[in-house]
Amino acid sequence: MTTFAMPAPGGTTPEDPAPEDPAPEDPAPGDRGEDRLADDELTDLGALRQESADILAQLDAELVGLAPVKARVREIAALLLIDRLRARHGLTASRPTLHMCFTGSPGTGKTTVALRMAEILRGLGYLRQGHLVSVTRDDLVGEYVGHTAPKTKAVLKRAMGGVLFIDEAYYLYRADSERDYGPEAIEILLQVMEARRDDLVVILAGYRDRMDAFFASNPGMASRIAHHIDFPDFTVDELVRIADLMVTQENHRFAPEAREAVREYLARRMAQPRFANARSVRNALDRMRLRQASRLVAAGALVSRDDLIRLEPADIRVSRVFG
Amino acid sequence: MRITQGTFSYLPDLTDAEIEAQLRYAIGQSWAVAVEFTDDPHPRNNLWEMWGLPMFDIADPAAGLAEIRACRAAYPHHYVRVAAYDASYGRQTTALSFIVHRPPDEPGFRLDRQEAADRRIRYTLSPYAAGRPHGQRYPA
Repeated sequence: MTTFAMPAPGGTTPEDPAPEDPAPEDPAPGDRGEDRLADDELTDLGALRQESADILAQLDAELVGLAPVKARVREIAALLLIDRLRARHGLTASRPTLHMCFTGSPGTGKTTVALRMAEILRGLGYLRQGHLVSVTRDDLVGEYVGHTAPKTKAVLKRAMGGVLFIDEAYYLYRADSERDYGPEAIEILLQVMEARRDDLVVILAGYRDRMDAFFASNPGMASRIAHHIDFPDFTVDELVRIADLMVTQENHRFAPEAREAVREYLARRMAQPRFANARSVRNALDRMRLRQASRLVAAGALVSRDDLIRLEPADIRVSRVFG
Repeated sequence: MRITQGTFSYLPDLTDAEIEAQLRYAIGQSWAVAVEFTDDPHPRNNLWEMWGLPMFDIADPAAGLAEIRACRAAYPHHYVRVAAYDASYGRQTTALSFIVHRPPDEPGFRLDRQEAADRRIRYTLSPYAAGRPHGQRYPA
């Protein structure tokens, strides 16, 4: 607990030594205190690349597939690295705009990548804080006249220094309602995206076709976003690898034939309507765990630790998809 | 007469970079930063007007600095200060407060003497600027 004392009468006399040295200034995360380079000095890019390489390797390891997304992140990393080097040579350029739009089918990892993007940009020294503020229409658009602007501004203030992630951004604009306050929120958003782009990165996410319609009715928004990244659908192989990752995270394991069954299941499921990529994989795994539990309970025999971990092909073969 | 109130008031006016560093410290201590303004800078006037609500949930000093700039632009002839409130249990008080903007011309304070009973004298301060109505006290 901090204790407080009234200042002594008379205060500090001029003879008193200075109480303490001024604390060393804490450099901002983006500012690495790099010194100016001479014009003819050469820099080893290989060594500089190392720090961003770690971040990118982690991205590769933890996210399956998504080649175009990873390629774009790699390009951004390279750009930021070169910009930093240019700044050290005294070559100033405006900061690159990094507002992004993620489009793709359901379950292709848009939200997951957005969450990672904040960390990545902080790691690359672009953002100062690297926190993520995730909002939807409710958080930006007010309910009555004059309510929207302060609400949107408060959210933007909270996101300064980090990433503002607007999920399902097309709900901001409702073409059918004239009295909707969505356009007001969009207007403020556009202003801030333009004027304060040093301070925050805005990421919009949504389904492809609806995002296209949204941009068609808000051309200003489309032009202020530098990176339109399309998330491809996963292939069967990628889905199986995702299933493997998820199963490991849940402390389960496929029996050898079960993985084959899962692959077959996914191949059939992909052809059906309302397939939601990784989200469908998660749902299928949840149902497998359900069936595993009821199988073990129904058997009523002795169970080992391994029985609790192992998922059998029977757990997936009974699915309606195989019917 | 240059008014000295709050922290740093005997130093030269802080630059925006210095203000930002102070805000960063305050946010790092989980203090809520608020911007306040007044044209009645009497030392006993604790209650300045609030420029918006205290910023309870900002993570970066840029947001606070933006509010300070907006307040300065709206009230160029007022005093503007930053107050950082420490809400932690046991303290619950303003932890840091400093002036970030002052009018170009500060006329200072007049010492008033009031004759009381038995030849006693009561002293009080009144700002010269307070003679004019609220809103016109520090003209350009």
